[in-house]
Formats: sequence, structure tokens, C-alpha cells
Amino acid sequence: MSASILAQTLASGILIGLIYALVAIGLTMIFGVMDIVNFAHGEFLMLGMYSAFWLFTLYALDPIVTLPLTILMLFAFGVILYKLVISRIANASMLSQIFTTFGIMYLLRGVAQFLWKPDYRTIENSSVSGTVHFLGLQVGEPQVVAGVGAVLVTAAIWWFLNHTRLGAALEATASDKEAARLMGIDSHRMFALAWGIGAACAGAAGGLLATFFPIFPDVGSTFILLAFVVVNLGGFGSVTGAFIAGILVGVIEVMGGLLIGPQYKMAIVLMLFLGVLMFRPQGLMGKA
Amino acid sequence: MKQWIFPAAFLAVALALPMFADASRLNLAILVLMAAQLGVSWNIVGGYAGQVSLGHAAFFGLGAYTSTLLLVKFGVNPWFGILAGGAVAVALSLAFGWSCFRLKGHYFAMATIAVAELVQIFFTEWDYGGAAVGLSVPMHKTGWAWMNFASKLPYYWLALALLVITLAVNLWIERSWLGYYFRAIKDEPDAARSIGVNIARYKQVALSISAFFTALGGSLYAQKELFIDPGSVLATGLSIKMALVSILGGVGTLFGPLVGSVVLTSIEEFTRSMFGGTGRGTDIIIYAALIIFIAVFYPTGLVGWWRSLRWPRLRSAARKGERKGLGELA
Repeated sequence: MSASILAQTLASGILIGLIYALVAIGLTMIFGVMDIVNFAHGEFLMLGMYSAFWLFTLYALDPIVTLPLTILMLFAFGVILYKLVISRIANASMLSQIFTTFGIMYLLRGVAQFLWKPDYRTIENSSVSGTVHFLGLQVGEPQVVAGVGAVLVTAAIWWFLNHTRLGAALEATASDKEAARLMGIDSHRMFALAWGIGAACAGAAGGLLATFFPIFPDVGSTFILLAFVVVNLGGFGSVTGAFIAGILVGVIEVMGGLLIGPQYKMAIVLMLFLGVLMFRPQGLMGKA
Repeated sequence: MKQWIFPAAFLAVALALPMFADASRLNLAILVLMAAQLGVSWNIVGGYAGQVSLGHAAFFGLGAYTSTLLLVKFGVNPWFGILAGGAVAVALSLAFGWSCFRLKGHYFAMATIAVAELVQIFFTEWDYGGAAVGLSVPMHKTGWAWMNFASKLPYYWLALALLVITLAVNLWIERSWLGYYFRAIKDEPDAARSIGVNIARYKQVALSISAFFTALGGSLYAQKELFIDPGSVLATGLSIKMALVSILGGVGTLFGPLVGSVVLTSIEEFTRSMFGGTGRGTDIIIYAALIIFIAVFYPTGLVGWWRSLRWPRLRSAARKGERKGLGELA
């Protein structure tokens, strides 16, 4: 195996890892603020993909151009979902929380299948296609654009959390709900915001993926497992951790596929997941 | 006396049913009994001991694969195969428990998904085990001696017998010291530990018993359907259904999974026959809406709801599905 193949694989691992990171940041934010694992997170990504697909197919708008719109729609979707359903189980048992988000997962898949049929769809001839040559590497242009886009969205969220009052309020709610409430922060508003941002992250990832990944109702199932791994590896609730872990998982997945066989990619990632859960349950960046 | 009314009525209906049911109703009844048995098995670890597993399909699939592989490759009688399947599932449950039981709550649930997913990948890639193509159960030796029948009726009796055995074991657990240990682990783990209950050991005991009976259900499924593949016996949806049957009926109650299975399986089969052929996912939508409705509004399940009707003081608590006492109420 030549060094160039290795370098090539590493590059594509990092690029897809940036997308995983974005998906996981949304998941980790919801968990961090509300202590709820959102099993429907992959379906938010699926909705983002379909949003990009339909805007492209019906109105010939490029997925990159419509990305802000996709993000806004998913943000609104997350907030509405919180108001309608999630707010009712904020203090319920873990069992009912798990099954509520599981039910939402099935519901969104079913609705997608109902409205858009179970067919695999792709976006052909968007503004990003072809390959990019960089430092002797050949990487698909859609992947590069998606990776850069993911970094930009992640940076925006990081800035929001660290440099705005609202972001600070969100972080305060995540670290101590009671104390935040006593400081006059409305926890329900913060929960809604977390669901909005969480869904927007997954939606953004979906919109970015849409230019080079097949679009179908069950597409979320692979991404949710990967997002669990990333979130655990990074430490639940840690945005920085999820970012680093996302890249790491992307590289491990792609490298594992290259060295052991593509059919075992997921198995390698899952074993990594179990290993982390067992030996470092707080994750790489989490506090013990 | 009063607590025997429901089981006696159930048994009377179950024994009389084959006289009235046509082939398709009988098949539905078998599905109800099998799903109930899986729910009852899940309930041991998920309900009584409070460890929410979303990976029970791994045990079911191991049961189905073990008995079928033994039969296909070595000609081993399924009556031995079914027990071997149970033993293999118990072995997996030891690895499962060792790796997952130090995790709590959501982490445990996610880890169980990962383990089941790994088992599914393994069987999808394992050529000797039929890989993605699956395995067919040969039909050349039929009759009770080989647990293989041309008609559905014997499978009905087998499913009923397996359910009754699993229920009996559950009843024994519920009334023995083991049941108290399980509930203590679920409700007050710290208190239980402080009086010397070995939490890790009894979580493992709960999981192993649960895995054993889940695997028996898997072997029976293979014998009935005569065909298994990773998609049908190891899918995540199956793990969800086992848990769901318990939750709908009432977690941590003896007959909850049975009630849940009657309702859920009927709805599932009805929507499938009504809308399933359209390929538009209408059946999935109805199923999903039902899951959400139950999880949000009736987390104590139908048994909890029924009891709250009879004891109104419990009603508000039942609706809230208090964090700890989810099973206690019912």
C-alpha cells in the first residue's frame, strides 16, 4: 500500500469526520442541556437531505445556496418538536424519554417514506462536483465543500456558545438547571433552543451530505450510530470533544475500511464505542 | 382468589381459541403468543431489574441461529438445539453484562444497541452461517419428535406452552427473594448495595435468565418460519418490539407484556394488512404514533392505566410515570 493511498484515505476520513462531528454536536447539545438521548437525530439529518434535494429538484436551487434555508427549517422543526412533544417528557422516566424519541424516529421515517417513497435519490450536477487536486491528493469536491461547510457551522456554534449572552445562558442551563433558573433563565426556552440548534446541526450536515450521498428515508440509521460513538468518545455534552472525536471516528472508520475491509467499518467503530464506554465512560474530553 | 381471574380467563380463551380460529386468525394468535413471551422475557431485566436493554434481538437471533445451524449442519434435533441456543445466549449475556453493566441509564441502553449491531454484522458476514442470504430449516423430518410441522396448530400449542413456562418463571421470580433484589436494584441501588446486595451479580442473573428465554423464543421462531436471516431475527426493530410490548402493557408487571402483545401485535398486523402492501409506510406511521402516545401519556402502560381507574389516587402518579416507581405502581 502506497503512502499516497494512505494520505488520500486520511484526507477523506478527516473530511467525513467533520460531518460526523457536526451531527454529534447537535446530539451532544440536546443531551447536555436536557439529559435526553435523541434517537431521532439521524432523521433530522435525513430531513436536511430531503430539503436540499427538493429545493434542488423543484426550484433548481443549489444545495450550497439553500443551506441556510435548510438550517432555518430544521431549527424551526426542532423547536416545534420540543414544544409539541418533548416538553411533555422533560421530567418523565428514562424509559418514556427513550421510547418517545424512538417513536419520533420511526414516525419521521414513515412520513418520509409516505411522502417521498423509499427510493434512493441523488443530486446530480450541483455546483460542486468533480475532484480537487491539492498537495498531490485527489479529493472529491463535494466532500471538500461539505467538510469546509461543517467547519464553518461548527465555528458559528462555538462562537454562539462562547461569545453571546444566549449561548452563555444555554451553557449555564446545561451545567446546572436549578442554579440557571434562579438566575432568571427560563429553562423551557433553553430546552427549545437546544432542540432547535441540535436539529439545525443535523440538518446542516444533511444539506452538506446531499451533494454526494444517496438520499432515502432510512439514511439516518447509519449516522445515528456514528453520532453515538462520537458523542461518547468526546464526552457527553462536550462540543469541543465531539468535534475532535468526530474527526477521529471518521479517520478510524475510513482507515479500518481500507486495512480490514469496508464491510467491517461499522464493526470497528462499534468496538471502539464499547471500548470507550467500558474503560473511559466519561469520554476523552469529559470530566470524570 | 381475585388475582387468578385474569390468568384463568386467559388460559380458557387460549385453550378454546383453536376451535374457533381460521388459519389466518390462528397465525395472528401465534404471533401474539410469541411476542408476549419475548416481552415477558425482556421484562425480567428491563422491567423488574430496570436495565433498559435495546439489544435483545441479539439473544433472539442467537437462539434462532444456534438451533438452525445445529440442525442444518449436524442434524441435531431442535429439542436439543433450542436448549443449546439458550445456553449460547446465556454465554453472550455474560459478555454483554460484563461490558455493559457498569454503565447507567442511557449509556447502558446505547451500549446494548452497539452489542446487538455487532452480532448482526457478524452474522451478515459469516459465510458458514448463511451470511446475508440466511438459512432454511429443512422439512424432511416432521412431527413432534423434530419440532417441525406442516400445519400451524402445533406451533400454537408450542408458543402457548413456552409463554406459560416463561410466565411461571416470572411469577416465581416476582415472589422470591430474587424479585426483591431486582426491584431493589432498580429503585434504590445505593440502599441495596449498602445492605450487601451484590448489584452487578443480580443484574447479571436477571439478564441471563432473560437472555435464555428470549433465545428459546428465537429457536421457536426459526422452527415456525422455516427461514431465518440477519434482517429477520437480529434487527434492531425486534429489540424495540420486545421492550415496547412490555411498556405498552406495563413494565415490571407479570401480565403486562401479554396485554401489550395482544394490543400491539393486533394493531401491527391490522395496519400491515390494511396499508402494508402500499409500500408507503402508513403502517410504520401508525405504529410510531402509537409508541409516542404511550411513551408520553401512559408510561405505566395499560396495566397501570387500568389500576389507576380502579384506584383514582394512583391516577395522577400513573400519568406522570414517576421517575423511579414506573413499575411499582402497577
